[in-house]
Amino acid sequence: MSLRIVVTVKYVPDATGDRHFADDLTVDRDDVDGLLSELDEYAVEQALQIADDADDAEVTVLTVGPEDAKDALRKALSMGADKGIHVEDDDLHGTDAIGTSLVLAKAIEKAGYDLVVSGMASTDGTMGIVPALVAERLGVPQVTLLSEVSVEDGVVTGRRDGDTASEQLQASLPAVVSVTDQSGEARYPSFKGIMAAKKKPVESWDLSDLGIEAEEVGLDGAYTVVESAAERPARTAGKIVTDEGEGGKQLAEYLASQKFI
Amino acid sequence: MAEVLVYVDHVDGAVRKPTLELLTLARRIGEPVAVALGNGAGDTASALAEHGAVKVLTDEAAEYADYLVVPKVDALQAAVAAVSPAAVLVPSSTEGKEIAARLALRLGSGVITDAVDLEAGGEGPVATQSVFAASYTTKSRVSKGTPVITVKPNSAAVEAAPAAGTVEALSVTFSEQATGTKVTSRTARESTGRPELTEAAIVVSGGRGVNGAENFSLIEGLADSLGAAVGASRAAVDAGWYPHSNQVGQTGKSVSPQLYIANGISGAIQHRAGMQTSKTIVAVNKDAEAPIFDLVDYGVVGDLFAVVPQLTEEIKARKG
Repeated sequence: MSLRIVVTVKYVPDATGDRHFADDLTVDRDDVDGLLSELDEYAVEQALQIADDADDAEVTVLTVGPEDAKDALRKALSMGADKGIHVEDDDLHGTDAIGTSLVLAKAIEKAGYDLVVSGMASTDGTMGIVPALVAERLGVPQVTLLSEVSVEDGVVTGRRDGDTASEQLQASLPAVVSVTDQSGEARYPSFKGIMAAKKKPVESWDLSDLGIEAEEVGLDGAYTVVESAAERPARTAGKIVTDEGEGGKQLAEYLASQKFI
Repeated sequence: MAEVLVYVDHVDGAVRKPTLELLTLARRIGEPVAVALGNGAGDTASALAEHGAVKVLTDEAAEYADYLVVPKVDALQAAVAAVSPAAVLVPSSTEGKEIAARLALRLGSGVITDAVDLEAGGEGPVATQSVFAASYTTKSRVSKGTPVITVKPNSAAVEAAPAAGTVEALSVTFSEQATGTKVTSRTARESTGRPELTEAAIVVSGGRGVNGAENFSLIEGLADSLGAAVGASRAAVDAGWYPHSNQVGQTGKSVSPQLYIANGISGAIQHRAGMQTSKTIVAVNKDAEAPIFDLVDYGVVGDLFAVVPQLTEEIKARKG
């Protein structure tokens, strides 16, 4: 039987651009270029490798976001995923992590799955909790933050490098996996891949397709309120010296003046 | 006074510093009740009492070590049911955030991660966060349910505040999901004898300019002269010069020490995201145009192979 893999991806504002907040204190997505979150490329890569190792597998890439989020799907499809699902609805504007996990879980269930693969975090929100939330909602094992992952005979195993120890994990499918940027370089789409992606199917679903009410998501459905967002004041310009043989001593003098020595 | 649950991060009974910082913050909101789980949980009580815990709820079941995350969520859920706290505070480790998220979902509550400060507010605790690679500071609060908030290391001072710290056994019934993900083996990280990166008061980092694994001994030498932790940029880690566990930046650790010394690091956004909230920033880089110099309190434009050894020698000489 075919191994059904769903990869969750996010379309995010370019981290090297000038990111800021909109008037309603949500992330401004209009004035900055977006792209597939770099950390999700690792998820797509591992999903494709797991699919390659399986006798028969299908990789579906799933995103929740505005119209432009299709670009993220297209990138993943050009890397080699088989089909895309785009959940888009005006009522989703301002949805927080808890709400996002609801939409993802409903969409994953509707799509049908044996394995969900996610990135370690998004590059904009950076919370790193959505895979755990999706696992909680689906009621399946969470096998997260893996630097190495493999699937064999319906069992997923992987290595999780924590703060104080490295752990070897094991769970039965269905399961939710997330992978880190240490899991292996993501492939670049080939020209052939880019052309093929244009013909791959992308389904569009809205909240009613998933049986979710508008008030469960969006800014009004959020479980947290951002009360203020202030641009961090630029650091006051520091003193910069050019080393002419005494740079190390000058720096030591500075550190001593600040009581670090 | 309302009680505030504090999840205790400990290694076989030795309480890690971020948990003691949480107790300082918890006391601003109410009376801290600590929850310590797993092997050695009972041994945490005296350190927790010394820093303000009025009660320490413990459970030493083997499940906490044998299975990933979910048993701890079950335990915190039981503690919330027992105590009805005003908030739940969890250290912002990767695991801490996962525990907090699943707990919040079960409680029908909101979750805030990576707070760098916390104060009491009329509608519940207000958390300060540093976002978009620390270019913005936001203030947020949880608007539904019992607030679950994770707090980054170095967000508050550790303060002595002796309290009763009465130990009580926490009764936990594990959920069906608790045993879903088995930890089949665990290898403790080798100790370097240096402070933990995220907890250190001083961090000395090396980047592309260090130009080779063998040259990291220079960075380590400087770090040791200051009793500092060693960090590395993504470029240095990707090149295989230093372990990923020491990476500072968006996909590595986020640090907020009193002093950050960047050596041969250009200061790309991905690195800044992990160190921009440091109190004092110092850089050594031969490129005067490197963006890291926009952040520094003191910078030296020069060859790190000349500046760093001289600095290390000078520090040793001054320390006598």
